[in-house]
Amino acid sequence: MVTTTPSGKTSTATARAVRGGEGKPLLSIRDFKVEYRTGGGATVQAVRGVDLDLYPGESLALVGESGCGKTTFGLGLLRLLPRLGHASGKVIFNRGDGTEIDILGLDGRDLREFRWRDAAMVFQGAMNAFNPVLKIRAHMHDTMRAHTKATRQEIEDRAGELLRLVRLEPERVMDCYPHELSGGMRQRVLIAMSLLLEPEVLILDEPTTALDILTQRSIVDVLHEVRERLGFSMIFISHDLSLAAELADRVATMYAGRLVETGGVRDLFYRPRHPYTLGLIKAVPPIVGDLPDLESIPGGPPSLAALPKGCTFNPRCKFATDECREAEPDLLPVTDEPGSAHDVACIHWKDVHLDREVPNQDLGTAS
Amino acid sequence: MSALEKTPETTAESRTPLMTLAGVSQVFDTKAGPIRAVDNIDLSVNPGEVLCLVGESGSGKTTAARMAAGLARPTDGKVEFAGNDIWSMNRSDFGRFRRGVQYVHQDPYASLNPTRTILQTITAPLLKHRVVKGNKAAADKAAELLTKVDLTPPENYLPKFPHQLSGGQRQRVSVARALTLDPKLIIADESTSMLDVSIRISVLAMLGRLRDDLGVGFLFITHDLAIAKYFGWNGKTAVMYLGRIVEFGPTPKIINAPTHPYTRALIDAIPEPDPDLTKTKGRESLRSLEIPSLAHLPSGCSFHPRCPLFEDGLCDGEVPQLVEIRPGQSAACHVVARDGAGEVRPDEPVA
Repeated sequence: MVTTTPSGKTSTATARAVRGGEGKPLLSIRDFKVEYRTGGGATVQAVRGVDLDLYPGESLALVGESGCGKTTFGLGLLRLLPRLGHASGKVIFNRGDGTEIDILGLDGRDLREFRWRDAAMVFQGAMNAFNPVLKIRAHMHDTMRAHTKATRQEIEDRAGELLRLVRLEPERVMDCYPHELSGGMRQRVLIAMSLLLEPEVLILDEPTTALDILTQRSIVDVLHEVRERLGFSMIFISHDLSLAAELADRVATMYAGRLVETGGVRDLFYRPRHPYTLGLIKAVPPIVGDLPDLESIPGGPPSLAALPKGCTFNPRCKFATDECREAEPDLLPVTDEPGSAHDVACIHWKDVHLDREVPNQDLGTAS
Repeated sequence: MSALEKTPETTAESRTPLMTLAGVSQVFDTKAGPIRAVDNIDLSVNPGEVLCLVGESGSGKTTAARMAAGLARPTDGKVEFAGNDIWSMNRSDFGRFRRGVQYVHQDPYASLNPTRTILQTITAPLLKHRVVKGNKAAADKAAELLTKVDLTPPENYLPKFPHQLSGGQRQRVSVARALTLDPKLIIADESTSMLDVSIRISVLAMLGRLRDDLGVGFLFITHDLAIAKYFGWNGKTAVMYLGRIVEFGPTPKIINAPTHPYTRALIDAIPEPDPDLTKTKGRESLRSLEIPSLAHLPSGCSFHPRCPLFEDGLCDGEVPQLVEIRPGQSAACHVVARDGAGEVRPDEPVA
């Protein structure tokens, strides 16, 4: 009864390799910070110094609770922050032809060119991302005409091809207004549109939140398929750990504006070394099997205006000692897992273990 | 758990269910024609039991809950509270029913009055229904209720306004307010779906304690089967699709040994928080992704245009009835009713 999807799900799962550390990073982010002005000369830092590399073809999941700075990080990368936000640091994008561009230094024409052509974003509320009085066809044409010199027919062909790739019928969808489509269809149109100019990086902000389970599944399958076909890199922001397990090669956990743990998807899920990642994993109920033991993380993320002293997670952490309240730990490699690219920002990482059984020990680490 | 082995009918005989929906339908008249939001469903909740209602949006979960709460009058069928039809009750009995059934909404940002402090929110029903006399006693009772929902110490929360609380705390206040009138049944409509994963489990654990300690029955509505599994493990689950119940049974069987192709598709579609497992999980492909409109339901089984088991002439003919497939577990599917559900899938233990 169990059949694979047309894409041959089982084969893609093994073919999708983690490319962490391979070649030159596509996106190299150093000491990336975002501040919001909050009036009266005060500012809050929503992203507080993130270092991250995204390699070609890689899929990176950014996980964490709401209010941890995930969306701000995504918006900051594409320079889409609202007026009161200010990004600083260094974000180097590596174009395929060897040229490097500093995203934070772009303006005007160059910035417009970078967006959509080099990097595109898919937003959470698919309805709000469209102009409600334009048909899908007009959206496609606008985007292509603003960035290329393509002819009408070329645009039609390209749009049709991408819509079919996300399993929509172009004839049916192109002449619809956004409100005439269901939530899942809108999200798929948005994914198709974001790929119009073949960007190297796709940032997806909660791509399946607020969608039904079966619709969510179709979006996930579509993402697997188009990534396989077009080979772009992807950063996707999600609070849903199951989705990260499904779609990511590498996972980064974000807490209070900083990365507290990064690593291959198997390292992070089977051997989390930061108490926060551990807590998140323990809070998600799996669907198969018997009733699991679940635990919640006490309290909530701290206010960015009044961060706790030392490690920002220490008030909620059961591993916390006096030392944790002194200085904020740096993101450092986990040294007892040779060969893995697993970093953690916790001084007690050696004591943090997931006590759940690892199903397939023999597969080794993912990286 | 012998009660789990019985069909709903036999359980109903052994004791009076708290709440029964018998052949209940809700038809909305719209310009596009009549919409059968809920079509002839039977459900019952026993005292202290959990009944989970799961399904995608548009499946009629909330409409069913609104009828159970007496907020909407069914166009057909009977809603009974402790054995009495709520729509032929006299005023005082209806009042008692209303007090006995409380609703916890999805959005804790919208369901609390922003101009009232937590103290005012919780004492209002206490004073109005004369559960306690005087402001002092009401404040004491409010503090006791906040302790029950783990908002401790209560003095820290009573003078606050909703905007000063986090989503999880607000939802706890909603639950405390629902508890003011000592309800027999709490209808929780997606009550945890807006909360962060880390907080969700603690709110569910708190609700579970109320269920066990106070013997409150729950009609628990969710689109998330993993949550239904966690909260309703000892109870029953009904899966709804386009206004009809397509599968009903004890929660562990619905989750681990689903029989209806729709339930199977739902469970297969859920990603697991485990990278190896989720990538090797078998998936049935549906024949269509589009959910039919309620205004133009497909003939026969409304799942047939999407169903992988579809058989021409059988599935698009008559509407399938819920029939028992395994002891205590029933499904509305022509093919499964004829062929049986097959053996339980090997990787999933029978509970």
